[in-house]
Amino acid sequence: MKTFVYIDHFKGEVQPAAWEALGLAKIFGTAVALVFGTGLDEITKAAFEYGADEVIVVDDSTLTDYRAEPYASTLSALASSSTPDLILFPATARTRELAAMSAVDLSTGVLTDVAKFEMNGEQLVATRPIYEGKVLEKTVCSGKPVMATIPGRAFPKPEHVAGKTGTLTKAAAKTDALTTVQGYSASESAVNLGDAGIIVTGGRGVSNNPSLIPPAGMDEKQAEVWRAQQGFALVTDLALLLGGAVGASRAAVDGGYITYSHQVGQTGKVVTPDLYIACGVSGAIQHIVGMRNAKIIVAINKDADAPIFKVARYGVVGDLFAILPALTEVLKKKLGK
Amino acid sequence: MRIIACIKQVPDSEAKVKAEDGKVSWGDAPLVINPFDEYAVEGALQQKEALGGTVTALCIGPESARDALKHALAMGADDAVLVSDAALAEIDTVGAARVLAAAINKIGGADMVVFGRQTLDNGSGLTPAQTARVLGWPMLGLAGQIKVQDGSVTVDRVIEEGRQTVSAKLPAVLSVVQSIGEPRYPSFMGIRKASKAEIPVWSLSDVNETAPAPVVTRIELMNPPTQEREVEMITGESPAEIAEKLADKIFAEKVL
Ligand SMILES: Cc1cc2nc3c(=O)[nH]c(=O)nc-3n(C[C@H](O)[C@H](O)[C@H](O)COP(=O)(O)OP(=O)(O)OC[C@H]3O[C@@H](n4cnc5c(N)ncnc54)[C@H](O)[C@@H]3O)c2cc1C
Ligand SMILES: Nc1ncnc2c1ncn2[C@@H]1O[C@H](COP(=O)(O)O)[C@@H](O)[C@H]1O
Repeated sequence: MKTFVYIDHFKGEVQPAAWEALGLAKIFGTAVALVFGTGLDEITKAAFEYGADEVIVVDDSTLTDYRAEPYASTLSALASSSTPDLILFPATARTRELAAMSAVDLSTGVLTDVAKFEMNGEQLVATRPIYEGKVLEKTVCSGKPVMATIPGRAFPKPEHVAGKTGTLTKAAAKTDALTTVQGYSASESAVNLGDAGIIVTGGRGVSNNPSLIPPAGMDEKQAEVWRAQQGFALVTDLALLLGGAVGASRAAVDGGYITYSHQVGQTGKVVTPDLYIACGVSGAIQHIVGMRNAKIIVAINKDADAPIFKVARYGVVGDLFAILPALTEVLKKKLGK
Repeated sequence: MRIIACIKQVPDSEAKVKAEDGKVSWGDAPLVINPFDEYAVEGALQQKEALGGTVTALCIGPESARDALKHALAMGADDAVLVSDAALAEIDTVGAARVLAAAINKIGGADMVVFGRQTLDNGSGLTPAQTARVLGWPMLGLAGQIKVQDGSVTVDRVIEEGRQTVSAKLPAVLSVVQSIGEPRYPSFMGIRKASKAEIPVWSLSDVNETAPAPVVTRIELMNPPTQEREVEMITGESPAEIAEKLADKIFAEKVL
């Protein structure tokens, strides 16, 4: 089986799930990595080292910034001429559009957020979550190529073999751009919840420490946000110590405590870290659907009846303002930091 | 400005959804407008308020989906169209995109078509870009902010790495995220207007489409494995003692 793996990157930074997709492609047979953009030497080298048999490089100034239309047209043209059986993508904001559009061009379909693949004779069967993961479905795509996106951390990362090379092919870009990229601003803190192995999340509870006295002159709302920031500082301390990311509930985002890019749940990100520590999060179903597949869930909440304890492995009934600093302290010692 | 908001009807997010006899069951939970599509309607209404024009809510679904369209009308949409046809029961997203594009053309085109980010049921998030591709219009996905000026639309796209400002000439297809602003509640007047509204129902032949054969099909439904482990509560005399015990447990799980 020949698989194209689209190596999604943003300004040269590759999505780790792209390498995971490459590892998967190698299990299926021949892996051809596709690298689009400009100045692609580093990524090309890495693609070989993560196992690509061939790398198709499309280096063209039209493709400097990701734009849906020329990227999709370039991908579709390559797929038409070299007829892969499967095209794999790491699931990101970009690839969702890219795969979607190429599927229209190629009269095929996309299986999104695939958690597992199996072969049924000649046919590839994908297992994916639907209804926010409350139900799983097995789906097949009768078009060719089959297209699929995989979330981060669903498949193992392949071995990195320094110096490994393979066939390098250069191809031409399609330049049918319909959009112009005007600018970019990085999120205040680089949050890549999808790839995080550890996530420490703050909920509305981070604002609940009446003993903290805000600076004079703040109105009630400002004081609440100020308190929440003290709470999130504790959450962040622990996340930083563990090399993890900071998550948030929607109540924390809506309260203006932290930006939307941190939100976990139905209208935020669905995450599957090894360790998820929920602090001051009640555990509404819309939050649970975003994190219930974490390997180990720890919940810290004042309320012994909070529903978050129903999905947790370990629970602490207590004040996060007391528990979190103590936990960070102990872990710091145990980790020798 | 002629704006179309594409919406779907789905089981409420509180519903206990499960696989039962090879079908998805949500008990007696209500069907509601897909929550992400409330943001699409909100985004569309904001543009109408800024620029004048009309908002049409468009949905492919069974007769029951009228209620989702009525919600959009009650929020402030001017009119609504339901595309309903027995042949559409099993469509995949490419099929939905073709039918939506055909319906958009039949409505008389638009300056802007606004989508939600994804559906709660299928959850693929593919339909907006696929509709854009079928129409041949630019795709501006995951907009957290929209601004129209001189025949162009500029959006702030909320992506993993931050915010990207992207623009295109109208007509264009957009999808929106939560940063667009909380969806407004239906007003009393809106609800009254919606309850009286006549919603036209178009069949496939009304929009000059034939039944799209699905390429992506479901072959099996499963319930996810249930959590077999009980929660273990960590207690102690002091935060330090609790922290010590909890840290030991976390270490033993080998996740650090
Ligand atoms: C369509 C829709 C989509 C949604 N999408 C999302 C989503 O993507 N993500 C999401 O998170 N929510 C989402 N929600 C909202 C969700 O229903 C809840 O309202 C939200 O998750 C509640 O956030 P919370 O747990 O932080 O706040 P609360 O429910 O207010 O809980 C705060 C918790 O903190 C505890 N607490 C208070 N003080 C302390 C303290 N000092 N120490 C320890 N514990 C303390 C309290 O006991 C309480 O349990 C959505 C809702 C809808 C309707
Ligand atoms: N049946 C439908 N009728 C109208 N719009 C739809 C329909 N299905 C999906 N959409 C739109 O496409 C978006 C993405 O859906 P999906 O690709 O199914 O996740 C939704 O948020 C809606 O805006």
